Amino acid sequence: MSQGESATPLGKVRGLGSAHEGGGHWLEERFTSVALILLSFWLLFSLFMLPNFEFGTLKEWLGSAWGAIPMALFVITAFKHGLDGLKVAVDDYVHDEGNRIALHYLLTMAAIGGAAAALFALARIVFGPAAA
Amino acid sequence: MTSTAERPLSPHVTIYKWGPHMTVSILHRITGGAITVAGLAVLAWWLISLAGGAATFGEFVKLAQTPVGMIILVGLTWAFFQHLFSGLRHLVLDTGAGYELKVNRFWAIMTLAGSLFATAATWYFLAGVGK
Repeated sequence: MSQGESATPLGKVRGLGSAHEGGGHWLEERFTSVALILLSFWLLFSLFMLPNFEFGTLKEWLGSAWGAIPMALFVITAFKHGLDGLKVAVDDYVHDEGNRIALHYLLTMAAIGGAAAALFALARIVFGPAAA
Repeated sequence: MTSTAERPLSPHVTIYKWGPHMTVSILHRITGGAITVAGLAVLAWWLISLAGGAATFGEFVKLAQTPVGMIILVGLTWAFFQHLFSGLRHLVLDTGAGYELKVNRFWAIMTLAGSLFATAATWYFLAGVGK
């Protein structure tokens, strides 16, 4: 949204940073970062506790609720946090408004697509036919 | 918004003496981009290969164990820890603490040291357990 010549000084200041929105995005990035700290420690700890990284071991771990649920949360939160971060980088370096919005759109589609693919794979590990 | 020549500009990175806090700042963005693009791609690929069965998982493991695969995985491990420690530092800075010159410099250096140590410890452990 462009600011016309008629915009008042207050209107120019209120909630209109480089991203043209308020602090919600900033806060959300912090919320997801804190969640990812916890989920990352879960992931590292889980990997360290596994006796080996063989197919059967990993499938059994991710097929259980203790593996699948945190992994699903990790996938969703990591893609969301990564998307938020890349959007900020785009806001900083891409000054043309059309390109900025187009890149936001492409990044959002890529993140949702990637997260959907990862979650589908996880669902297949949990519910799918027991592959040999 | 187009800037005109007469407008005063605030000082930018080129006039400051480079320090560890600036290295850590730009590394936070670079490592964040790397683990988002490459890291999440590897994570999705790993899950998809597991979902595909033992044969497709074997192909993933084979590729991961090539020299290029190992460089990427170790590099992503370092990027992950650097972003994690730098991110923890940012959460502290967000509260308004840690801006004193020496404190700021110290913790910037500690994120660099910590990420190298954590990466080495992680792969030492993985290699040692024989996974």
